[in-house]
Amino acid sequence: MNLSNPKLKWLGFALIAIALCAMPFALAAVGQTWVRVINLALLYVMLALGLNIVVGFAGLLDLGYIAFYAVGAYAYALLSSPHFGIHWPFWVTLPIGFVVAACFGALLGAPTLKLRGDYLAIVTLGFGEIIRIFMNNLNAPVNITNGPQGINLIDPLRIGDFSFAKNEIIAGLSVTGPMKIYYVLMGLTLAIIVLNFRLQDSRIGRAWEAIREDEIAARSVGINTRNMKLLAFAMGASFGGLSGGLFASMQGFISPESFGLLESIMVLSMVVLGGMGNIYGVILGAVLLTGLPEVIRFTVVPAQQVLFGKVLVDPEAIRMLAFGLALVLVMILRPGGIWPSAVRRRELAPRKGGVAAEGVAR
Amino acid sequence: MDALLQQIINGVTLGSVYALVALGYTMVYGIIGLINFAHGELVMVGALTALTVIAALLKASLGLPPALVMLAGLLVAIPLCVLLAVGMERIAYRPLRGAPRLAPLITAIGVSIILQNLAMMIWGRSYFSFPSFLNVTTYEFAGASITDLQMFIVLLAAALMVGLLWIVKRTRLGLAMRATSQNIAVAGLMGVDANRIIVAAFAIGAALAAVAGLMVSSYYGIAHYYMGFMLGLKAFTAAVLGGIGHLGGAMLGGLLLGLIEALGAGYIGDFTGGVFGSNYQDVFAFFVLIAVLMFRPSGLLGEKSADRA
Repeated sequence: MNLSNPKLKWLGFALIAIALCAMPFALAAVGQTWVRVINLALLYVMLALGLNIVVGFAGLLDLGYIAFYAVGAYAYALLSSPHFGIHWPFWVTLPIGFVVAACFGALLGAPTLKLRGDYLAIVTLGFGEIIRIFMNNLNAPVNITNGPQGINLIDPLRIGDFSFAKNEIIAGLSVTGPMKIYYVLMGLTLAIIVLNFRLQDSRIGRAWEAIREDEIAARSVGINTRNMKLLAFAMGASFGGLSGGLFASMQGFISPESFGLLESIMVLSMVVLGGMGNIYGVILGAVLLTGLPEVIRFTVVPAQQVLFGKVLVDPEAIRMLAFGLALVLVMILRPGGIWPSAVRRRELAPRKGGVAAEGVAR
Repeated sequence: MDALLQQIINGVTLGSVYALVALGYTMVYGIIGLINFAHGELVMVGALTALTVIAALLKASLGLPPALVMLAGLLVAIPLCVLLAVGMERIAYRPLRGAPRLAPLITAIGVSIILQNLAMMIWGRSYFSFPSFLNVTTYEFAGASITDLQMFIVLLAAALMVGLLWIVKRTRLGLAMRATSQNIAVAGLMGVDANRIIVAAFAIGAALAAVAGLMVSSYYGIAHYYMGFMLGLKAFTAAVLGGIGHLGGAMLGGLLLGLIEALGAGYIGDFTGGVFGSNYQDVFAFFVLIAVLMFRPSGLLGEKSADRA
C-alpha cells in the first residue's frame, strides 16, 4: 500500500473511522454479548498499552500491574457509589483515579529503582498481592473497601440526564448502553494509542529505549535514569488507573477478586505475546487474548455436548490450559511475540559470523 | 511466654517446609538463573498424588501401619514430580536457554498455569482433606504444645537438607553442580555435561518439593489444586531472603520466613491495637521480600554481585 499520497491516506483514515463507528451496530446485529466483548477488549487494549510503557518501552518487568487497575477502579467506586454516599461525576473521579494510580506507580517505582530483571518482577508481583490483600481486609476496623464483598451499585458514566448505561432510541436507531460505552472507550483508546506513538518517538521514549537496552550506557550519555524510570512507572500506572475507573463504571460492581495475579499475568501476556514494545502488536495481543477465550467459551461447551453428550471438561479449565500452552509455544517459536517490534526483530534475527549466543548461563 | 514459644514452634515447622521448597528454587536459579515459577505447582502435584495414593490404600484397609502408608504415598509422588520437572525442563526451558531473560520467565508462568489447570481437571476444584489416620500425639512442653507430626516434619526436613548438603559438597555430582553454577561454559570445557547437571538440579528440587507437599498437606490437613502458588511464592521469597543461589541461605531464609509469619500473625493484633489482624499473614512475606531487595539485594548469605540484570 502506498501511503505517500496524502489523499489516499486521508481516505484510508476516513474508511477506518467509519468502520470503527459502525462496528457496534454490526456486532449488535450478531448479539449484544459481542458488544460487551469488544468493550472489554478495548479496556484491555488500554491496560496493555499502559503496561507496554513499563515493560515494552522501558524494559521494566512488572508482574503486579493489575494493582493500578484496582486502584483506579476503587478510586472511582468509592467516589461514585452509595458506599460512602458520594456521587461525584465521572469527569472528576476518572482523573482522580488516573492521578492516584500514577502516585501508586511512583510509590512502587521508588524502592525498586535499583532492581532489574526478574528481581523486579518478583517485587512487583508482591506489590500487586499486597494491594489485593489490603483491599480484601480494609473493611475493619474502618470499612473502607467493604472487604471481599466488594462495592456495589457504582454509578455508570453520566452527563446530566444522559446516562451511558441506558438503552434508548437516538435518531431512529436503537442504541444500547454497551454501544454508547463503546464510543467512549474507543475515543479514549484512540487517544491513548496516539499518545503512545507520540511518546515512543519523543525524547522520553528514546530515553526509555536507551534504559531498556543498557542502563549504564544510558546514564553515561546524560539520561536521568531515576526520573525516567519513575516516569515510566507512573505513566503506565496512570493508564491502568484510567481503565480501572472505566471498568468500575461499566460493571457497576467491583471486588478484590477481579484483581488477582492471574489478571496481571493476562495483561503481561497480551504485551508479550502480541509483541513487546510494538504498539500494533500489543493492540493485536489484547484483542486476540480477549476475543479468543470468548470464542472458546462459545464453542467448547456445544462441541462437548455433541461429542460426548454432556460437558466433560470445564470450559474455563480449557481456556486457561490453552492460555498456558500459548504462552509456552509462542515464547519458544516466536520469542519476539506475534508482531515483534522492529528492534526486537533485528535482535532475534539469526546472526551471521561466529558470535556465540551470549552468556548461556546468565 | 507460652504463646511466644507456641508461635516459634509453629514457625519452625512452617519454616522447614518453606526451606525444602526454597532449595528447589535456589538450585535451579543458581545454575541457569531461571525463576522456576512452576516449582510451587510441583509441591501441589506431590501433595495431591500422595493424598490420592494414601486415600486408596486406606480404602483397601490392608491394615498397614500409618508410616508405611505415608511412605507409599511418597514413593508414588516423588517419581511423578521428578518426571514432571525433568519434562518441563526439556520441553519448556531448554529450548530457551540463551534467550532473553524474559522469555523463560514467561514460559515458566505458562507451565505453572498448565499444571494448575491439569490438576484442576484431574482432582477438581474442591478441597481434599487429609485422612485422619496418623494418631497425632500432642506433647505439652513449657506451656506450649508440640505434636509428634511437627517434630517429624522438622527432623525429616533437617535430614533431607543435610543429605542435600552432603551431595553438593562431597560428591562428584555436587562438584559438577557447583562448577556449572559458577560458569556453565568453563564447566563444559572441564568435561561437565551441563544438561545432565541441570536435569539433576530440577530432579532433586522436585523430589524435595514432593516431600514438602506431603508435609504441608498432613500438617494443615488439607490440599487443593491452588495450594502450590502461594506456597511457591513464599518459598521463593525465602530463597531471596537467604541469598538466592546459596543453599544454606535457602534453609536460613525458609526458617526465618516461617518464624516471621508465625510471630507476625500472632502479634500484629497486639502491636497495632487490633487494627490489623492475622488475616494479614500473607502480607508479611511480601514486605520482607521488598525490604530485603531494597536494603540487601544479595540476601542474608549471598555474595554481593555488581549487576543483577
